[in-house]
Amino acid sequence: MNLFDKFKPLLAARAELSDIGVDPFNVKVEKILSPTEAIVNGHRVILAGTNNYLGLTFHPECIAAAENALREQGCGTTGSRMANGNYADHLALEREFAEFYDKPFAMVFSTGYLANLAILSTVPGADDVILIDSDSHASIYDGCRMSSAEVIRFRHNDVDDLAKRLRRLKDRASRTLIVVEGIYSMLGDVAPLKEMAAVKQEFGACLMVDEAHSLGVLGETGRGVAQAENVEDQVDFIVGTFSKSLGSIGGYCVSHHPELEILRYAARPYIFTASSSPSLIASTRVALRLLQEGSGLREKLWNNAHRFYEGLKKLGCQLGPRVSPVIPIMLGESRQESIAIWHDLLQNGAYVNLVMPPASPDTRCMLRCSMSAAHSPEQLDALLEIFARVLSARGMENRVS
Amino acid sequence: MKSYEEILAELINLIRPMVPNANELSPDMELVDNLGLDSMKVMNLLQEIEDQFDVSIPLNVLPDVRTVGDLAHKIHQILERE
Ligand SMILES: Cc1ncc(COP(=O)(O)O)c(C=O)c1O
Repeated sequence: MNLFDKFKPLLAARAELSDIGVDPFNVKVEKILSPTEAIVNGHRVILAGTNNYLGLTFHPECIAAAENALREQGCGTTGSRMANGNYADHLALEREFAEFYDKPFAMVFSTGYLANLAILSTVPGADDVILIDSDSHASIYDGCRMSSAEVIRFRHNDVDDLAKRLRRLKDRASRTLIVVEGIYSMLGDVAPLKEMAAVKQEFGACLMVDEAHSLGVLGETGRGVAQAENVEDQVDFIVGTFSKSLGSIGGYCVSHHPELEILRYAARPYIFTASSSPSLIASTRVALRLLQEGSGLREKLWNNAHRFYEGLKKLGCQLGPRVSPVIPIMLGESRQESIAIWHDLLQNGAYVNLVMPPASPDTRCMLRCSMSAAHSPEQLDALLEIFARVLSARGMENRVS
Repeated sequence: MKSYEEILAELINLIRPMVPNANELSPDMELVDNLGLDSMKVMNLLQEIEDQFDVSIPLNVLPDVRTVGDLAHKIHQILERE
């Protein structure tokens, strides 16, 4: 046995991909042309597998702000928020998040991944419990691994199972942090937050919601599912990322608990990494403003989601249970066939995400499509036309499930 | 409260349908290596077990659970603690 023997199964899986001659998990974006177009592996494609929900990555105001900050403040901060990396703009962005959510406290992190690690590794400690949805994102699982708390999973979006597990915890329920997401990144389904918040109240637990995919997408002013379900007062920590609807890189947490502030002295993922570059902070500040003003963008996004969902349904695709900017298409169990479909789509001009077990929700493979406010109606029609062509050539069209 | 032996017997009854090819299930059989359960099947199995015994098995204890017997011991421990 040596250090590398454990990689044999992964190496074999990768060799299988290189035998097929396509590796969907190692594509090269040769040139990014706009929020919705790129040249990928030599093919000019419409991007329908990103997280660019509001299409802000190329917004002229975001770019101008980033350029300015770059010139005035340099490329990087060369330091942690705790030391020399705590610039006035980082603090300004935190204030703006606090105001946006109407919460007294906000923290900004270098990524959303680190925001989850920071809260989960620091807030729940030994003898406490973290109760997570079983479909949680890897950053939530990793945060749990960094924590000394006991970690328990409940069935995905299952309020009864959540309540059952809180009941089993007896008096430890009051020192439990429940963790759910707003929109789930693979199936586009949404946590039943109203019911979950009621259960949380009943047992006196705390609740954290990761709004990574729902910021700018749900809620009257785009604050996410907690706003849409009118339960923001009952959510203890809202976490999110800049890397999707805000089109940059970074993460945040807002809360009404003053203890959030103490994380600046205790959370290792906040302290032991460099702060975000000034240009990222600057473009994020503008993007957050656009998001707040952007009910028009949200409307476009949802119109696009409905249009694309309906179009795919007409093609006979097996889709997720409800319309959402994340639209999964369930395929069969054959990896080879799924890779071939994915590759046909790419060659015909459509980039989507391929998801295979164990990352997919069951034993089937799936395509993850995602919509952007920046998609034009013509692009959606072009995408649907490509799907129709590829799926019928592969005998997938009108396959009933 | 259930004894270790009772828990083990119930556990084996739950696991048997998932491994039609295994003839005798013994406490020292490894869930992954001997019974060939993949991570998804183990997770589904755990949920069934949790319902059956009305317990939550924390993820933290899973690294210590390799065999059917280990799992029965853990459930016994958790029930005892309650
Ligand atoms: C639910 C969820 N949480 C957190 C993250 C991490 O965000 P970031 O890209 O900012 O690290 C992601 C993104 O992949 C996500 O989907």
